Amino acid sequence: MSALRATALRIAPRPTTTRRPNYVAGLFALIWLAIVLAPVYVLVKGSLQNQEEYTTSGPLSLPSHLTTENYHLVFQDGFLKFFLNTAIITVSVVAIVVLLVPPVAFAIVRNRSRTVTIVFRILLLGLAVPIQAVIVPIFYLILKAGFYDTLPAVILPTAAFSIPLSTIVLTGSMRDITSDMYEAMALDGASSWRTFRNLVLPLSRGGLATVIIFSALQAWNGFLFPLILTQSSGVRVFTLGLFDFNTANSVDAPAICAAVVLSIIPILLVYLFARRALIRGLMGVGGK
Amino acid sequence: MATTTLMVRRRLLTRSRSSGGVKIGRPSFLWSLPAITFFALFAIVPLGVVAWLSLTSWDGIASPHWVGTANWSAMFSDPVFLKSFRITALLVGLGIVTQTPLSLLPGVWAAGYQRNRAILSAIYFIPLLMSAAAISIVWLSLLNPYFGLPRELHGVFGGGLFNGGFLFSSPATAIGVLTFVGMWQWSPFHTLIYQGGARAIPEVLYQAAAIDGAGRFRQFFHITLPQLRNTMITSIVLMLVGGLTTFDSILILTQGQPGTSTEATSYYMYVKAFQSFQFGEASVIAVVLAVFTTLVSLIVVRLSGWDKMRSTQEGI
Repeated sequence: MSALRATALRIAPRPTTTRRPNYVAGLFALIWLAIVLAPVYVLVKGSLQNQEEYTTSGPLSLPSHLTTENYHLVFQDGFLKFFLNTAIITVSVVAIVVLLVPPVAFAIVRNRSRTVTIVFRILLLGLAVPIQAVIVPIFYLILKAGFYDTLPAVILPTAAFSIPLSTIVLTGSMRDITSDMYEAMALDGASSWRTFRNLVLPLSRGGLATVIIFSALQAWNGFLFPLILTQSSGVRVFTLGLFDFNTANSVDAPAICAAVVLSIIPILLVYLFARRALIRGLMGVGGK
Repeated sequence: MATTTLMVRRRLLTRSRSSGGVKIGRPSFLWSLPAITFFALFAIVPLGVVAWLSLTSWDGIASPHWVGTANWSAMFSDPVFLKSFRITALLVGLGIVTQTPLSLLPGVWAAGYQRNRAILSAIYFIPLLMSAAAISIVWLSLLNPYFGLPRELHGVFGGGLFNGGFLFSSPATAIGVLTFVGMWQWSPFHTLIYQGGARAIPEVLYQAAAIDGAGRFRQFFHITLPQLRNTMITSIVLMLVGGLTTFDSILILTQGQPGTSTEATSYYMYVKAFQSFQFGEASVIAVVLAVFTTLVSLIVVRLSGWDKMRSTQEGI
């Protein structure tokens, strides 16, 4: 029934009431837009400016000439290595999540035993566990397991903490599959594995895309786990590199701008090509 | 109707299942085992470990040894710890008060389908692309009293309201900086939530109000706001949970300074553990944090209806 209503809403034409434009709201929107865009402008402009000019003329002033020396400095500081480490972590986290989450979501949607209900409750409760509350014991366990200061030390907990929300997103899209379809599969005598592979996975691609982008963002922007669980520069990630670079070069604003710009570019590319999936993934990030 | 035949068919299928028939195509609970084991190992087991660690003394090098409730009594007579609750509450309160209007209004505005609104909101979501670390670093540099905005815009920042431009040096302005950066970082996300909520309001309501002669303001206060009640609850509770664990921005922007005036609870735990190496006492704070956020999240589950998800299962 609710599915029916949803389609009805989708079919209904977008509201086309010819209301007069809201000038007051537009004015405020423009003001806030300026506050959002000012730092973006400073980032891009500052990263191409030399330090003396930035320091003497201030962040908002127009540059007199442009230079790429800041980017050279950032690359000399080993940012390519940080970039690589972050990429390895991101890909591994996404791989773990994609392997583990679809089966558990499938079980939650289609298995009605008490055990699975408890599993779902634990995951819901898991949403409430803040990383800060468990960072000390995770540090202890990682130390005991001998993983301290390695990439798996960051990959494993990051992936684990992406599981609850990913599961909830994916069960949401698996519930949209109507029971007719499951019944059709059952009448054909399909095993749970075949139902999963031929029906559930193809039909929950949208949810899976959201989950991939959400967990990739978590891994790419993660800060606390790398801060606590790694130490040497060989396993440093982008956010932590940014943090250390900022501590070491706190007066070199243009270099910091260049480092920040480099850290945003990959996500900006995703934003340009997959805006809707990214926005849905971002909604997940804030839910944590 | 289609629904009835569906229900009949479903009842047939369930009966065959309950009478010992094969559970065709239904996954066994084993399907949930890998994920839940992995998750429990890193989130549930640590909760037990942290409770145990809170009863031990550990410096990070030697083995932890049992001290009973010594850490607990030490922490609850620690003035910095007790003060950190007040600071956390202040930051959370200021966050909600500033971010709600700044996401509600743009959210409702961006819910319109006009082309200019779509373009502006695409730009508006840019802060969402940046990591918390990057955002804090950018603002730390921008608000630097010697080469940042306070010097360039001295006319604005020179007054006593902004502590003469030295924003990080007085408790009030330091709290202000954290609130402002939180606003910049989080309002786009909450705008998204409100945009979704506002788009779900039936257009008929506005048409009816317009026929009755209600202007834009009355429509906003008598239709939009009441209809967004649930959206608002969800958004505010998310701000609560997020605010309780604010950490990155404090570490990068203020380090709890000046004095201990921005030392919020989760940041104080980090200091205790990874700067003073008093892991036992840090574990006490961690347990308190976990209890607090669990309580708040239980409220989320109740209010947002997440716990009712099972009843809407399998359609109908």
